[in-house]
Amino acid sequence: MLMSSVYPFCAIVAQDEMKLALLCAAVDPGIGGVLVFGDRGTGKSTAVRALAALLPPIRAVRQCVYHCDPDDTRRLCERCRERAAEGKLPTEKTAVPVVDLPLGATEDRVVGALDLERALSRGEKHFSPGLLAQANRGFLYIDEVNLLEDHLVDLLIDVAASGENVVEREGLSVRHPARFVIVGSGNPEEGELRPQLLDRFGLSVDVRTPTDLQTRVEVVRRRDAFERDATAFLEQWKSAQSKLQRKLLKARERLATVDVPVAALERAAQLCIELKTDGLRGELTLIRAARALACFDGDTVVGDSHLKRVASPALRHRLRRNPLDDTDATQRVERAVEDLFGG
Amino acid sequence: MTGPETNQRSGRRTWEVACDALRILAVDPVQVGGAVLRCAAGPVRDEWLQALQSALPSNTPWRRMPAAITDERLLGGLDLAATLRAGSPMVQAGLLRESDGGIVLLAMAERIEAGTAARLAAVLDHGGFRLERDGFAAQVQARIACVALDESFGDDEQLPNALLQRLPLLLDLSNIGLEDFEAPTLDEHRIAIARNTLESVQSPPEIIEALCAAAMALGIDSLRAPLMALRVARISAALAGRDYVTSEDASLAAGLVLAPRATRMPAPAEPASTEPESVQQEPPQPQTPPPQQTESEQPQQDPEVQTQSVEPLQEQILAAAQAAIPADLLLHLLARNAAAMRQRSQGRSGALQQSRRRGRPAGVRQAVPRVGQRLSVVDTLRSAAPWQSLRRNALPADSSARDRVQVRSEDFHVRRYKQRSETATVFVIDASGSAALHRLAEAKGAIELLLAQCYIRRDQVAVIAFRGRAAEVLLPPTRSLVRARRSLAGLPGGGGTPLAAGIDAGAAMAASLVRAGLTPTVVLLTDGRGNVTREGIGNREQATQEALSAAKALRSGGHRVLVIDTGPRPQPQAAQLSTALGGLYLPLPHADASVLANAVQRSRQAAGNRTLAR
Repeated sequence: MLMSSVYPFCAIVAQDEMKLALLCAAVDPGIGGVLVFGDRGTGKSTAVRALAALLPPIRAVRQCVYHCDPDDTRRLCERCRERAAEGKLPTEKTAVPVVDLPLGATEDRVVGALDLERALSRGEKHFSPGLLAQANRGFLYIDEVNLLEDHLVDLLIDVAASGENVVEREGLSVRHPARFVIVGSGNPEEGELRPQLLDRFGLSVDVRTPTDLQTRVEVVRRRDAFERDATAFLEQWKSAQSKLQRKLLKARERLATVDVPVAALERAAQLCIELKTDGLRGELTLIRAARALACFDGDTVVGDSHLKRVASPALRHRLRRNPLDDTDATQRVERAVEDLFGG
Repeated sequence: MTGPETNQRSGRRTWEVACDALRILAVDPVQVGGAVLRCAAGPVRDEWLQALQSALPSNTPWRRMPAAITDERLLGGLDLAATLRAGSPMVQAGLLRESDGGIVLLAMAERIEAGTAARLAAVLDHGGFRLERDGFAAQVQARIACVALDESFGDDEQLPNALLQRLPLLLDLSNIGLEDFEAPTLDEHRIAIARNTLESVQSPPEIIEALCAAAMALGIDSLRAPLMALRVARISAALAGRDYVTSEDASLAAGLVLAPRATRMPAPAEPASTEPESVQQEPPQPQTPPPQQTESEQPQQDPEVQTQSVEPLQEQILAAAQAAIPADLLLHLLARNAAAMRQRSQGRSGALQQSRRRGRPAGVRQAVPRVGQRLSVVDTLRSAAPWQSLRRNALPADSSARDRVQVRSEDFHVRRYKQRSETATVFVIDASGSAALHRLAEAKGAIELLLAQCYIRRDQVAVIAFRGRAAEVLLPPTRSLVRARRSLAGLPGGGGTPLAAGIDAGAAMAASLVRAGLTPTVVLLTDGRGNVTREGIGNREQATQEALSAAKALRSGGHRVLVIDTGPRPQPQAAQLSTALGGLYLPLPHADASVLANAVQRSRQAAGNRTLAR
């Protein structure tokens, strides 16, 4: 219940697919975000907030509001570019930004706007960066994403695709890098998501309330323990947490070295053809997620087992909706996987 | 049905339960989370609220929140007056921040918008929120308890699920009469002690297990319910002066938290009696996950993980919950199976979400505000801000206006709201024996095609079916295609044709949609041969008369109506009905599914044009 302590990721009971998807997105941010949709009270937002506490720090340009990556000179913000041209880019280690986009946020805070304070008191025009700037190189989390107002959704769709935020307001003209992993959670009862926004999410997860008593008891027991004495609970999970964190870090290092053989590429393509997914994003996400998983598992080559495990989250939201077909998307993906890879 | 005497007794009992809840809430409102009071405004509610307020420490914040509150007031934002005075941006605390550590009283909670409910829900979960508004960014602490005053009447309004899920104590005070209640006895000393000892109350594992099992047996899916029950049980233990939770506390919690959420009656405790339950589950409702039936049985069958003492404990708690389930719910549950109940309650949140839509904010634009338009203060100030020093310097040096903010008419910005002319299609389906024999399957196919169209157009759909003796709302207005299809798939056929009841239900639904600002189209699928009256008595002649009068009533509502004749041959009755309704008539034999779909679309367009013309 307290804001200061976050429920540990390792202590989340069951919900393996959700944890898998979040970890994959943490290993390779290029996968492009996770959408967690499902029943109420299944720990959706708990998991997302817990992930933040797990992420290892990143190297960034010191005092840069956009956390520019000093090694990636192509994507520096204007100020960092100037500083780089002068030949000095001081760096620092900083926590991965995990930025909350709350439902009541106004547009000016999301995209950034004129700094009111400086304009009012000194009559100066100065850009005050918004949440998209803060989220650069990190995570942007939207709880109840399907209740987000339309005009904010439009903004997000554009920025998530281009990786750049362009602000043209009040005579300001600013553009800055805004690459972030977008993580959304919501309840399908509240309404569906615009297809364009749906497509921006690399992976999507369906969470269900566990139906077996032992699992349910365990969830309640741990949550109760956490609520009563968060400090002791965190201490109890500390070693598991740091173990997972190390694993995550190793997986990231391995990302460049893991091999995706042609056979795996073909398999992925076959699967996408079979399921008639739109465009190439499905295939691309599938491969990237399988690679991230291989890295996480400590394997050196992407194989069928990896593809199989990430097929559902990578593809289920990309199937063309056939309103007359009664089977849900997950079943369709699973069936195709079974046909292709064998039981 | 019940005599005045039993009524009075049940009223007394309800008030006692309400007082139990009151004491629990008074110990630590923030930790409990809050309560829902379902009843009309009146002395009972006032008494309860007053007692709660007096039981809390005197400095506890107590704020009333209107359902139509704006984000600016709820979350906070720029304080214009202070900003202008100070010449630098000043933040204004929102209602949530002001209520930190206390109670937010949500008045007319059934009218709250889904978005506002979601904001409140997030605050209840996290004890605070991120403020990202009007150039301010902050983490705001708001550990609140929410007491929702639910005055819903009838079926078309309900507290959003997001809140219902997070407020543990659900109290229905509507049956308490004036003579039933008196000022509750509150032992303030005891409550104060409980506040201090609460931290140290232990919850034994078997209690946790029993609460989880009870929740499952009552068909409660969300894990929040047993968690909240456990919290309530711990407070009950603290109130009783114990440092561990006993079965009594758990029983009390089960009655307060679990019972009102029950979606089905638990199976009888004997493992041998699985049969009656499976009979109850029999109607083809694909939504019911079949494993649950057996799982509620599991504790008894799993001896290696269970200790012997757990079983009676579970039964005890379950019995307590069962006893607290109101009698009419029991009737409800017997009448319709659990899955249908759950669907109904889910559907309402969807309906509510759309209902208060008078337009969504769609940004701001530069304009001088006219009647009915709202000035966007922040954007106006923003646009004025950069010019301040310039404008100031243009003024004469001794002008008193120099130290004020200089706003010019070209700075004015107004908020824009987008109002979509949304349409809703209400399907009223004849699922009686005569229709089922002939064309129910075909009609279902046609509706599915229409649903696909509605989905593409983001229309809302609602499904009403009538068969046997009465009409039933299978699906309240929703955009969810999945649910619509599901409700259709589970639609059984057979029985008489209560045509009048079906048309009445369609008319009521259409009227409530109009109130919600939507344009309804009613699609009636029937062979027009009503043979059951409104009272549920088989009488063809009277039934036909009633159907025609119901049709006139529906027509007077001015809704667009389409009658699809599902009879094997075009029926004169259906055509007659269609004339009475002033609607389009389309016999299904000549209509393949796509023709049907086009017809509905045309009628919808016509409805749209008419609305524009109005």
